[in-house]
Amino acid sequence: MDDLYREQIIERYKNPQYRGHLDPHDIQFEDDNPLCGDHIEITIRVDGNNKVTEAAFEGKGCAISQASADLLVESIHSKSLDEVKRLNKQDVLDMLGIDLGPVRLKCALLSLKVLKAGVYGLGEASDDLVE
Amino acid sequence: MIFDVTRIRGDFPILNREIRPGVPVVYLDSTATSQKPSAVIEAMDTFYRQSNANINRGVHTLAEEATAFYEAAREKVAKFIHAPSPRQVIFTRNTTESINLVAYTWARANLKTGDLVILTEMEHHSNLVPWLMLKTERGIRLEFIPVTEVGMLDLEAYRALLNQGPKLVSFTHMSNVLGTINPAAEIIRLAHEAGALALVDGAQSVPHFVVDVQALDADFLAFSAHKMLGPTGIGALYGKTKLLEEMPPFLGGGDMIKTVHLREFVPNSLPHKFEAGTPAIAEAIGFGAAVDYLTTVGMEAVAAHEHDITEYALERLEEVPGVKLFGPGAQDKGGVAAFTFDGVHPHDVAQILDRDGIAVRAGHHCAQPLHEKFGIPATSRASFYLYNTKEEVDKLVEGIYKVKEIFG
Repeated sequence: MDDLYREQIIERYKNPQYRGHLDPHDIQFEDDNPLCGDHIEITIRVDGNNKVTEAAFEGKGCAISQASADLLVESIHSKSLDEVKRLNKQDVLDMLGIDLGPVRLKCALLSLKVLKAGVYGLGEASDDLVE
Repeated sequence: MIFDVTRIRGDFPILNREIRPGVPVVYLDSTATSQKPSAVIEAMDTFYRQSNANINRGVHTLAEEATAFYEAAREKVAKFIHAPSPRQVIFTRNTTESINLVAYTWARANLKTGDLVILTEMEHHSNLVPWLMLKTERGIRLEFIPVTEVGMLDLEAYRALLNQGPKLVSFTHMSNVLGTINPAAEIIRLAHEAGALALVDGAQSVPHFVVDVQALDADFLAFSAHKMLGPTGIGALYGKTKLLEEMPPFLGGGDMIKTVHLREFVPNSLPHKFEAGTPAIAEAIGFGAAVDYLTTVGMEAVAAHEHDITEYALERLEEVPGVKLFGPGAQDKGGVAAFTFDGVHPHDVAQILDRDGIAVRAGHHCAQPLHEKFGIPATSRASFYLYNTKEEVDKLVEGIYKVKEIFG
């Protein structure tokens, strides 16, 4: 619990490295966490081999949601879309380096949900994407 | 009886709980749900150990006892809100179900396309969504009494809305975010003058100060047991007898009928007409015990204690640089302090406070439109009840300074 506000998370929250909106982009998706109003948008550019060349996020919300978005977006650079599709809950928790209860987990996983819904080209983001 | 907060705290077993070793709970989330005194827990426990049976049907001793206890609870609740008769108190699951009961029965029998229902901008979703659903289904119109910058209802705007001939004014007696105590008697009087009925969402008022349905002249009052020291799963709807009698039944099933044939049925008389199926019997008994407890302490004393704490909390919180409070001053509000803290999301505030055992709520508190109005996605909310102390407020303030340290 005391690790929840590790320096890395506070640092990422205050000074995100990948905040922005790519225009033009190849993939875009956004969604909210209805429980607390967190919002994340992710935009991605890919090359001819479906490899991520650039990615960025916009959003508002708590430190956990914004830091996890920043870390997640960083992690997908130069990954193939197939690799991105395989990212799961544990990957995000490993990036954050913390354990979370069920409520805060939703904050942490919003960006993964948005990312996967975008990469799969889905109309809406389902919780199944992050299980 | 002299109000003694130390003695009162002794009646609530959970307040002895340590969240982590050496870290006692500081429970500042009673607006979400209140804690329960031993008297309530024991009343339910005793019922299950000694008198459990289904009500209304059996003739055996246990069934007789269970029925008597259940109906005694109704009488206590009726007396608590100064209802003329216990027959006017319908047991429901909670405030939400009570409001839905009115929306599904009275409103569907009486409102047609274009009819106007007036709500306010500070409603909890439970007094908003049922009407939005009716708008979708039936095309009723909704208008909203605006909330001013300081968090009060704009009564001038309300008077203007009344010229549009509303059928119903449905409003919260006390905001669960701003804490604003609305002038219910005046709102109801003006509604009646305009020919409308008035439904009062009493989820936050009935637990915290004297609510007298006759003095208010309320047509309906909805409230929940769990916010007033009682168990979850039970609430009540008060209604004027004539209205309740004319309303069609809500859910169909056992108990709500007088006679049933294969092709027709006759609904039961009040209050059973609106209580289909086996109700929450033990919970009703717990509800009755909660009302007994509050009555013994005295609602005037409860309100006075909360006012003291709230005044102190607002003073202390205002001193903290970066804290922005929402809602009116202590003179116009109940025991709620909703605030934002510069640059830190309310979830993070709540999470860091939790390290010190301090329980506050973070989010939009089921009042998203109100937060939109103030241009913020969420707030942190500390709320107070009869068992809270000024020392707990001090811990809250210390906790917020820790948040400041962490976020720099």
